[in-house]
Amino acid sequence: MLSEFLQFLFAGVTSGSIYALAALGFAIIFNASGVINFAQGEFIMLGGMVSVALAAAGLPLPFAVVASVLVSVVVGIGVEKGAIEPARRAETVTLIIITIGASILIQGLAQVIFGKGQHALQPFSGDTPILVGGASLLPQSLWVLGVSAIVVAALWGFFNRTLAGKAMLAVSYNRLGAQLVGIEPRRVWLVAFGLSGGLGAVAGALSAPITMTSYDAGLMLGLKGFVAATLGGLGNGLGAVVGGLLLGVAEAMTAGYVSSAYKDAVPFVLILLVLVFLPRGLLGARSADRV
Amino acid sequence: MADLLHVDGLDAAYGRIRALEGVSLRVPDGALVALIGANGAGKTTLLRTVSGVQPAAGGRVRFAGNDITRWSSQQRVKAGLAQVPEGRQVFGPLSIEDNLRLGGWLRTEAERTAGLERVWALFPVLAEKRALPAGTLSGGQQQMLAIGRALLSKPRLLLLDEPSMGLSPKLAAEVLATVRALRDDGISVLLVEQNAAAALALADHAYVLEAGRIVLEGPGAQLRADPQVQAAYLGL
Repeated sequence: MLSEFLQFLFAGVTSGSIYALAALGFAIIFNASGVINFAQGEFIMLGGMVSVALAAAGLPLPFAVVASVLVSVVVGIGVEKGAIEPARRAETVTLIIITIGASILIQGLAQVIFGKGQHALQPFSGDTPILVGGASLLPQSLWVLGVSAIVVAALWGFFNRTLAGKAMLAVSYNRLGAQLVGIEPRRVWLVAFGLSGGLGAVAGALSAPITMTSYDAGLMLGLKGFVAATLGGLGNGLGAVVGGLLLGVAEAMTAGYVSSAYKDAVPFVLILLVLVFLPRGLLGARSADRV
Repeated sequence: MADLLHVDGLDAAYGRIRALEGVSLRVPDGALVALIGANGAGKTTLLRTVSGVQPAAGGRVRFAGNDITRWSSQQRVKAGLAQVPEGRQVFGPLSIEDNLRLGGWLRTEAERTAGLERVWALFPVLAEKRALPAGTLSGGQQQMLAIGRALLSKPRLLLLDEPSMGLSPKLAAEVLATVRALRDDGISVLLVEQNAAAALALADHAYVLEAGRIVLEGPGAQLRADPQVQAAYLGL
């Protein structure tokens, strides 16, 4: 009974960590530019697919994973430089639609380069399950949890403890004010897209041994990351993490106790509920401004 | 005295609507120059064009001997131009100290530390509340913070947009006294004010902007005595 619950909880927290990383990618770009980047899922896909391809080409696994993150950072910067920046004076809605275009392009190229097959990445440290309280935990899940925790802590430190991180926040709080102290919003956008590209790839490479990956894996992961970000309150870092974990656990519990057929419906039911009852999310932007 | 800022025949437009037409003005090094005019005359547009957050449609802006007309706002801040924008535009959720430190974004850590000390001395109330979010400050304190943030960039010229707006008369007087102290400290100031009487009393030289054109200029005291100015701006 308890072991069953634990089993679902492990699965939920593992996928929840992946959603949290995806949601943080959304939050960082949204904060910097007001844009919801629908190419976020493709960064996750690239993390998985590039790792798989490089590992298959004979590169040792750690190098393949690091290389996939770098590729995704470059793609993120490329999306900003090539698609967003030329249109930066356009309305936010236009920019969002451009990210959908970028997403379709990346997915198309991935299909041409990597083919249509499903691929699994070799687990980072074997696949002998660890037994905890009667439930089995995959070593890869520990990788997911550990690396996610480190990434979240590093991001927290960056945004709360460094002037560069605060400069990025400053752009989101007050664009004009930031420009007037010499912070270039364009640079911030570039960093935001690069950072989100890297975050997505970390999530993709970590999850590829568990969930398999394919050229079109980004769509669902991106949508779930978006739901997680909205659930927690768009643009709120802590909210993104909470939203991701909540979504992962809700999915796993539904799959376990109801039916796995409904698993993918959970995020969409949740987002409907959030949009209707809590339009600003669980930890939605609290304004500290005195009007 | 050499001109620190020389705006020459400046045009600016919002789409097809022209906001500035051939505006020329000078701020001598070390001077406090006031710009007065009614709402919509183009005062804020002029400051935005000088600080580089809005492109000039024609004309030139020279600063400290350089033609900066095509410079980015970042380059201008680095060169020593700082704007205190209308409505303060502080970073509400960030702490007061962080707001100030970001003002020195383009400076070194040592310069930021020195700048902070200077602001704490100038506005002790900010030092007391340094860890609080800027959004919790009153309007007058936010104005002090906005001025302090601009000071952290070590400006040679401070562009001040309506610093007394929305403040009680007592606070407004305090803020304007600070502006004068900064001038006495060697920072040149271009001050835009709706409170024309106070601005003219303070200014070494003043310009009157009407519908995007400079219609009158002269020493502050002389404009204060001008019957036209008295009727239009001083309510006498």
